[in-house]
Amino acid sequence: MNKLPKWVDVALIPFINLVLALLVSGLVVLWIGENPLHAMQIIVQGSLGSAYGLGYTLYYTTNFVFTGLAVAVAFQARMFNIGGEGQALLGGVGVAIICLGVNWPHWLLALPAAIVAGALFGAGWSLIPAYLQAKRGSHIVITTIMFNFIAYSLMVYLLVNHFKPAGEMAPESAAFVAGSHLPSGHEALGWLGINFPKSPPVNVSFIVALIACVLVWLLIWRTRLGYAIRAFGLSETAASYAGISSFRIIMVSMLISGALAGLMAVNSVMGEAERLLIDSVQGAGFVGIAVALMGRSHPLGVLLAALLFGLLYQGGAELEFELPSVTREMIVVIQGLVILFTGALENMVRLPVENYFIRRKAGN
Amino acid sequence: MDLLVVVQLLDSMLRLSAPLLFACLAGLYSERAGIFDIGLEGKLLASAFFSAAFAAITGSVWLGMAAGITASVLLALIHGVASITFRGNQLISGVAINFLASGLTALIGQNWFKIGGRTPSLSGDARFLPVDLPFASALADVPIIGPLYSDLISGHTILVYVGLLAVPTTWWILFRTRFGLRLRAVGENPEAVDTGGISVTRLRYQATLICGLLCGLGGAYLATGMAAGFIKDMSAGKGFMALAALIFAKWRPGYALYACLLFGLLEAIAIRYQSIQIAGVGTVPVQFMQALPYILTIIILAGFVGKAIPPRAGGVPYVKER
Repeated sequence: MNKLPKWVDVALIPFINLVLALLVSGLVVLWIGENPLHAMQIIVQGSLGSAYGLGYTLYYTTNFVFTGLAVAVAFQARMFNIGGEGQALLGGVGVAIICLGVNWPHWLLALPAAIVAGALFGAGWSLIPAYLQAKRGSHIVITTIMFNFIAYSLMVYLLVNHFKPAGEMAPESAAFVAGSHLPSGHEALGWLGINFPKSPPVNVSFIVALIACVLVWLLIWRTRLGYAIRAFGLSETAASYAGISSFRIIMVSMLISGALAGLMAVNSVMGEAERLLIDSVQGAGFVGIAVALMGRSHPLGVLLAALLFGLLYQGGAELEFELPSVTREMIVVIQGLVILFTGALENMVRLPVENYFIRRKAGN
Repeated sequence: MDLLVVVQLLDSMLRLSAPLLFACLAGLYSERAGIFDIGLEGKLLASAFFSAAFAAITGSVWLGMAAGITASVLLALIHGVASITFRGNQLISGVAINFLASGLTALIGQNWFKIGGRTPSLSGDARFLPVDLPFASALADVPIIGPLYSDLISGHTILVYVGLLAVPTTWWILFRTRFGLRLRAVGENPEAVDTGGISVTRLRYQATLICGLLCGLGGAYLATGMAAGFIKDMSAGKGFMALAALIFAKWRPGYALYACLLFGLLEAIAIRYQSIQIAGVGTVPVQFMQALPYILTIIILAGFVGKAIPPRAGGVPYVKER
């Protein structure tokens, strides 16, 4: 088969898909009776136009980098981990135990402990689905969906019966110890002498997310294990002839995936809420699917796609404020359309583009 | 536990399992034809919204139901185009449909009615009301049979009975008609069906459309039968629970009924009792009851209690040989 030029595959096709998704979203806005260009302007202005907006955008981006990487690592092994939501919830439990149980003297000590706990709990929640897929062939999509629902129930149970301080009504934990407070954008940039507004929740977890991108890239493209994961994803039979154990790859890739999803809690639970809330994930696990699809399961792509969705989430909040008839749910629609066009309807764009380039090559 | 409590529990079991049953049978047609559908949830939700919205606007529950079914079928068509025509990933398409439905219903709902994404409360002809079966009031005073017949079996909305009738109908269609044979074949071995000169594409589209129709009925029941109007995200995971029931039932119509009734009963118990004392075990928290359908499905999937084997060609786009 003729190969496409690389830039077409990694840039042009995702770009066309995104444009299509935004066009259809624009039609929806038009149908509601607002001007889509005006809406777009509010989104960009609200998310990038001020330090305040940017702080929120980067906070959401951090969440989506973790969940996006989680889905992407699993995609490399051709596993569809739809359970990021539950794994991130459980990651929150791990982080909360660390931040409530130890009286941390300094956040530099608390952060590594929280990272380990979040990753362990996230990975733990993907353990059973991974094992069932690897040993019993139970479909990972179905089992991870089920584990999301079990996680919601478990979360309510844990908060009401264990984390909630006696006498409180709201199902949430006590505030974390002061020593586990992560420096916010305001504090961290203040050390550099940069004045950044106080309220945006962006914090040092953003740096952790960037490091995670680099580590995932190293893992997938620069290690023996990464090679085995990619080989398994491309062809299970070829990989098994080469002596790669399918059990090992499924287990390892799903555990890493769950760990990455669990890390999201470092940002949302430890960095922002500073207590364990009933829904600390708020759909970010699912946004990870859109992010991984848009980013072609590559860490750099995931980072860019996470930034795009961070921008949409922050801009969407502003949108609701400025144009009351376009509610927050517009973002969910855009998200659905991005998943539809970049994931499910990918061939609709890919086949004509491929034909065009093949014909052009033949013409030369 | 006296008879009255048992009858009340079973009565709410029937009501709660009806939407599961519609969605479960919908998934059954689709997956038997080789199309995975994790977008059942989205279709239920879309139909719930449009049936409640049109019932509120026109005052007729039947027009509402027609609108709900139309919305659900349209989403099913998107799924069909993505997964049959463009041979895309069926799971991803399902995820996309769930998001589209969740976002669009809340967005349009707020835009049309301006009451926080809800529809106005429905009453009278804009709702499906309970139907009294013949002799229900005459038999009401007879001991045992009276409450069982008049309170449990009679007095549901028409859609509950439609759902129950859909079970034998589905069995008959799948296992006793030529269409059903072909439908099952296309989910197991599409090459054979193709070789026989029958269009795989056409059969799979038909299955997808039936799936849309049934989800439409389920959604209409949710918003205009069980509840009196639409609220945001009211399907609340029922589409996924139906998916669990489908696996639990090993893709068979009769078992699907039992699975949905079981899950409905668990839900009914969880609603009625906050925690349950079981001798020797201690207190079972209500959250455990809510999670039990999913836990049971995992156990079934693990293959400890009889193995659930999905249709062989499920999830694989069909490519004609060239």
